[in-house]
Amino acid sequence: MMAEKVRAAFVVARRDFTAVIFSKTFLLFLLGPLFPIVIGVMAGSIGAQVQKDLDRPEIGVAMEGVQGQALIAARNAMVDRMAGGVPDFVELKRLAPGERFDGRAALRQGPDRLAAVVTGTLERPVLTGTPERVDMWQGIVSTFAARAREAHPGTFPAVQAEVVATSADQTRNGQVATAQAGQTLLFLLTMLLAGMVLSNLVEEKSNKIIEVLAAAIPMDALFLGKLFAMLAFSLVGIAVWGMAGGVLVLTGAKHLPLLAAPAVGWPLFLLLGFLYFAMAYLLLGSVFLTIGGMASTVREVQTLSMPVTMMQLMVFFFASYALAHPGSAIEWSAVVFPLSSPFAMLARAAQGPALWPHLVALAWQGAWVLAIVRMGARLFRRNVMKSGGARKGGRLFSRLFARVATKREAPVTNAY
Amino acid sequence: MRMELGEWPVAGNEVDASGVELAIEARGLVKRFDGFTAVDGVDISVPKGAIYGILGPNGAGKTTTLRMLLGIIDPDAGYRRVLGCDHPTDAARRIGYLPEERGLYPAMKATEAIAFLASLRGVPLKEGRRRGRELLEAHGLGYAADRTIRQLSKGMAQQVQLLGTLVHDPDLVVFDEPFSGLDALNQGKLERMMRGLAERGKTVIFSTHVIAHAERLCDQVAIIAGGKVPFAGPVDVARDRLAPQVRLETRAQDGPWRAALPADARHEGAFWYFTLPASGVEPLLRALIEGDAGILSLSIERAGLHDAFVAIAGEAAARALEQDKEEERRR
Repeated sequence: MMAEKVRAAFVVARRDFTAVIFSKTFLLFLLGPLFPIVIGVMAGSIGAQVQKDLDRPEIGVAMEGVQGQALIAARNAMVDRMAGGVPDFVELKRLAPGERFDGRAALRQGPDRLAAVVTGTLERPVLTGTPERVDMWQGIVSTFAARAREAHPGTFPAVQAEVVATSADQTRNGQVATAQAGQTLLFLLTMLLAGMVLSNLVEEKSNKIIEVLAAAIPMDALFLGKLFAMLAFSLVGIAVWGMAGGVLVLTGAKHLPLLAAPAVGWPLFLLLGFLYFAMAYLLLGSVFLTIGGMASTVREVQTLSMPVTMMQLMVFFFASYALAHPGSAIEWSAVVFPLSSPFAMLARAAQGPALWPHLVALAWQGAWVLAIVRMGARLFRRNVMKSGGARKGGRLFSRLFARVATKREAPVTNAY
Repeated sequence: MRMELGEWPVAGNEVDASGVELAIEARGLVKRFDGFTAVDGVDISVPKGAIYGILGPNGAGKTTTLRMLLGIIDPDAGYRRVLGCDHPTDAARRIGYLPEERGLYPAMKATEAIAFLASLRGVPLKEGRRRGRELLEAHGLGYAADRTIRQLSKGMAQQVQLLGTLVHDPDLVVFDEPFSGLDALNQGKLERMMRGLAERGKTVIFSTHVIAHAERLCDQVAIIAGGKVPFAGPVDVARDRLAPQVRLETRAQDGPWRAALPADARHEGAFWYFTLPASGVEPLLRALIEGDAGILSLSIERAGLHDAFVAIAGEAAARALEQDKEEERRR
């Protein structure tokens, strides 16, 4: 019987997989994640360029004789030793002895990038600018003036550097970051892919083929077949995106932030990531399939997808919150609750080296997948396969909860 | 007291009391939807190799009964045994099913659609493709083998699904309202196909609200109304529930022979109509001759299935049946 179910699930999975993989929508699906990335990169680079143009202010210098040059030379000598952005210094005018310079007028009329003006002498520099600029720059102007004033400037002592690979603090923070990154990636992938399952059964219903399927094979085999077809389909997507991501990493690795090594090591972490993705996907997919099985129209599916997506978000937030409290009741709840379990366990893989909890968790999650599939199949058979076929919209929640009676069969239709 | 699931014996019930081998045996099937009882204690015995009709108006419980017999839904109470299996899905490879709401994947080619339906019933995909091509050729649809379902006309797509229903050479073929939506030509073709299946020893069971189809095709019928089956058995037995009707034409308008007519006799035009008395035709004939009726014609007509249906299921069910037929004609 089990072998027959597996065979039947394979027949359904093969049909669904080939139907999707050879469709035009698959190409669009593959390109899907590209759009937000391209838009993000474009917006980022445009924003960065704008910011770059806006944030390169200059401080104009107008001092008597060579004092202005000395101030600029002091700035150039010290700029590499100072953290943060130090604005460029440009000489606006070399003043003759006794000559005065109107800094306010220069700021009003001066070049676009002129943000402040230094006048006065090296002993008593005057900084003219808006309050925030004055607050920001009076320290550096003072420092550069002091340096410029010294006839024999003192040397800066050399610091001997002793570099270590990491520290306890950095390891902990790094692994938390790895856990967060893993959870976020897992969430994004399941979010992107599991939603597709929601509308899958609607196709069968709108094609009126569901009854033929239900008569020929066990309903849980039908559900499992659909789930695994979508899983296989999503793995193709992930493989394509993974390769694209790999090329990006190889071409621009130095620009990407490096994540700390997870506690179980990278190979095992990646394997667990794959397994937890499969489980997260199957768990969510089986819930979606159950609900999708209850819906009879695309409109109903759309109505349902919003609360389900919200639920997904809440599960993600729950698991993310639990990540920061390892060993707490909250974290254990996230580990035990089936829908958050893959996320919480992936975070554990990043933060703790023990392997046996992962085996237990995978078995636990797998059992829940089977339980939800069986429940979905039973609900489907009990509530949907009523005489005259699936009823049209407006009764979804009745079907899920109250179950209102149908007393007349629907007129004969077919969907060729 | 109604029997609950599991209380029935699991073996030794594939032969009825008269020794006839049964393809389907169902006892006390009950199905409720949200407090509404769609099927209420249905008993059905379908002999192997028979053409069996489930006759009733829409909403009577035909589809729900078929779905229970096929294992698409489970009964709330009662027992069914199909092709020797306690759960019909265990016999799925030996069953073909054409549902009332027909449909295939629109993007599939005709051959692939048949092969897919075959693979659901355990036939390897390659073999399913081969059989699909053969069947399409045999039914004059070879030219459509590589066309997608959406490229076919509705009638052709229906034929493809019908071939998909039979591709795995099932022992039991179940049709739910198979004649709905078919023109007269295709209805005739389908009737011939069903007879052909029965001749090859296959069991055919179909639901219909058109008495004429059941009358022409069926060895046995189950009359269903309001979720109950007031009659299930041979068509002849159903018709024999009503006494034969006599139509009499006489030369004499009146006379002592009138006393020989039963109380229900009515005069319409030139004829008298009445139910054949229980004593038979001979005493009646003698009384008419002795009473000098001058018999011009006398015919005895066996009751039709329609009259039997009215007598068994009631006037309301018969009216619903007529309404369904009229609705379908309008569609």
